[in-house]
Amino acid sequence: MSKISFSALGPILALLLLIVLGAYLNSNFLSGGNITNVLARSAFIGIIAVGMTFVIASGGIDLSVGSMAAFIAGMMILAMNQLIPSLGIGVPLVLVGMAVALLIGLTAGLLNGLLVTKAGIEPFIVTLGTMGIFRSLVTWMSDGGTISLDFEARQFYRPVYFEGVFGIVWPIIVFAVVAVLGQIIMRNTRFGRYTEAIGSNDKVARYSAVKVERMVTLTYVFLGLLVGLAVIIYVPRLGSASGSTGQLWELEAIAAVIIGGTAMKGGYGRVWGTVVGVLILSLIDNILNLADLVSPYLNGAIQGVIIVLAVVLQRRKSPAEGR
Amino acid sequence: MTALLELRDIRKSFGPIEILHGVNFALHPGEVHALIGENGAGKSTMMKILGGYLAPSEGQVLLEGQPAPFRSGPEAEAQGVVVIHQEFNLAQDLTVADNIFLGREKGGFFLNHRAQRLAAKALLEQLECGVDPDARIRDLKVSDRQMVEIAKALSRQARVLIMDEPSAVLTHREVDILFRQIDRLRSAGVALLYTSHRLEEISHLADRITVLRDGTVVRQALRGELSEDGMATAMVGRDLSDIYPPRRTPSDEVVLEVQGFSVPPLVQDISFTLRRGEVLGISGLVGAGRSELAEGLVGLRPHSGRIARHGKEIQIRSLIEAERAGLAYLTEDRKERGLLLGKGLRENLTLSTLPRFGTPLISRAKEEAALTQAISDFDIRAPSRAMAAGNLSGGNQQKLLLAKTMLPAPDVVIIDEPTRGIDIGTKSQIYHFIDRLAREGRSVIVISSDMPEILGLSDRVLVMRQGRLAGTLTGEAITDTAVVRLIMGTSDTEAPNPETTQEAAAHV
Repeated sequence: MSKISFSALGPILALLLLIVLGAYLNSNFLSGGNITNVLARSAFIGIIAVGMTFVIASGGIDLSVGSMAAFIAGMMILAMNQLIPSLGIGVPLVLVGMAVALLIGLTAGLLNGLLVTKAGIEPFIVTLGTMGIFRSLVTWMSDGGTISLDFEARQFYRPVYFEGVFGIVWPIIVFAVVAVLGQIIMRNTRFGRYTEAIGSNDKVARYSAVKVERMVTLTYVFLGLLVGLAVIIYVPRLGSASGSTGQLWELEAIAAVIIGGTAMKGGYGRVWGTVVGVLILSLIDNILNLADLVSPYLNGAIQGVIIVLAVVLQRRKSPAEGR
Repeated sequence: MTALLELRDIRKSFGPIEILHGVNFALHPGEVHALIGENGAGKSTMMKILGGYLAPSEGQVLLEGQPAPFRSGPEAEAQGVVVIHQEFNLAQDLTVADNIFLGREKGGFFLNHRAQRLAAKALLEQLECGVDPDARIRDLKVSDRQMVEIAKALSRQARVLIMDEPSAVLTHREVDILFRQIDRLRSAGVALLYTSHRLEEISHLADRITVLRDGTVVRQALRGELSEDGMATAMVGRDLSDIYPPRRTPSDEVVLEVQGFSVPPLVQDISFTLRRGEVLGISGLVGAGRSELAEGLVGLRPHSGRIARHGKEIQIRSLIEAERAGLAYLTEDRKERGLLLGKGLRENLTLSTLPRFGTPLISRAKEEAALTQAISDFDIRAPSRAMAAGNLSGGNQQKLLLAKTMLPAPDVVIIDEPTRGIDIGTKSQIYHFIDRLAREGRSVIVISSDMPEILGLSDRVLVMRQGRLAGTLTGEAITDTAVVRLIMGTSDTEAPNPETTQEAAAHV
């Protein structure tokens, strides 16, 4: 593709515009501290949104990721607290906690995937159901309150969110790695190609010897794993989980995917676009908080306008459709 | 006589590609004007401009001599310019009556269902079509859907009626009804545009013929001035005497043996052999189980029975196992099962053989090389390599699908309806591709509802009827009447029922 289309360029232009606007409104905007803050806080949604790009590109949707994140966080903290007596506080404890998070993420994704492929239920319905299930489980586990990581364990685990290497904190590094790998997987591997093929026409994929059910299941598993990964860097930030953890993450992730230019009906996924989408959403939030121009309470309204606008601008269809 | 609807010096480009190069065309009241041309010649684009669905890049559309820049299909329709679309343009979940009056419902704030139903019934009766106005489109046969489209257009009181291959999916009897309606409209002074790939229909119907080739009008003729051969030659731009390749002599080596093969519930107890370098035709009615047999053989459907390759029994439970056994299948439904219309040529070409292009990363260079090879091997004419497969003409889509199917270099290829909806020039090319495959020592099974194709290509013909093998014909015995007899089962004691006879006549 030698030509760069308007729809691909749009999100980047919007992002640049926001950066210029932010810098103009507040001199602190471009400071290292603020940039780190914005990027680190977008990392959770960003990592999840990369996985969501695959699910949506295959023609599916996952509404359960926010609740799933809360559930994984709760389980991870409970497991770590339980294991402190036997493992003590140290690297092994954290590693086990991480493994638990990834394992539960994988299992939850597998559950979603199998319900979609084997039971043949609409992804929207399946994940609407599991969304309620995960959310309710974490509320029940916390007895309506908060599940907190042991204080000393929290102190030990904290650096995973707040520190890093070469002055870049871990969440940003992990997000960047996930984004780059996600882009490569989408564009240059069979999994990515099959995902898009299934999203454009699953019958054609089936007649082309693609294992459609397995691939669709894999997109949900991949997303579940990434939710687990997001939780791994989320837990050290607050050290707790509750019934309100991860609320509306699913909508932010889906919004980022759409702003980034991935088609809601499936068939085309653009991972780097999703990353840009995540950054746009976080920057709006950040700018409203830094500048007194508009009340931060209007954040949601502005994001809503951006989402609708993004889709309107991208709807410039190729001319010779259907013949 | 002034023309009712006229195109003057029309040019149309999509992006950098010009499809129509200065076309002049006129529709006169009380005349049937046939527009013919190969796939990709620009017929659809021209009809869309006439019907208001596309705006020309240059030139004028004139209605009764006045410029009429229609901005949309409905706007043209309000002026009496009505298009009969192909049958898939109906709302699947609405009823027949609702579809016919879609956008111009009867009644005020509340719909008058009764009036719509009665009016729909009257229209359908005019077309001798017994469809219930309350039936949902989804539940109708394809040919009935086309009749509903026609009824819908008739209800619009058209002054100009544009028909885009209306007969493609109709049975013989329905085509006759359609022709009677066309005659009625013609004598009522309606200007009609008719397109079809069936040239005998053109010479029967048309008062005036325009031949379009590569976006240019190459020939205009009045009734009787152009024979069917002449039309074909004008469309293709060269003589088509060698449309079918000469016969080959297949070897005696049996490469595939199928015994007692069943694909429940549609295919029962089929046995046959296939030899190296042979083209085996499979004929039969739509619904005789031919595609199901093929899909069973390549593992797309559960089946029972014995398959042997070179004398050795094998199992084929999936397309992947079929590929391993050197079998490939080209589906009859290229738009819904064959190609990803929104994806590029490269992605389509390599989709079923992706593991050959590198693990874990796909090698773009290898893919591009494969595409270059495919474009030259199968003469795929694409204005741009980056374009979406859905923007190729039907014939080029079929060539791309053939290239995709042949990418794993299978020994045995099953091609289901190799030339459906394809113009005569590309047809001939595909016949020569099939011939080339056979001469290379591969074996080809051709499933087709097109009788001349079966007769012209096959070394041997299997005829299927109601899921069973009705008979096999070889060499000199392959004749039109012999095949039809087997299709209909007239040599049997059971009398064929009239409905299937009609269907057979339409497909023969």
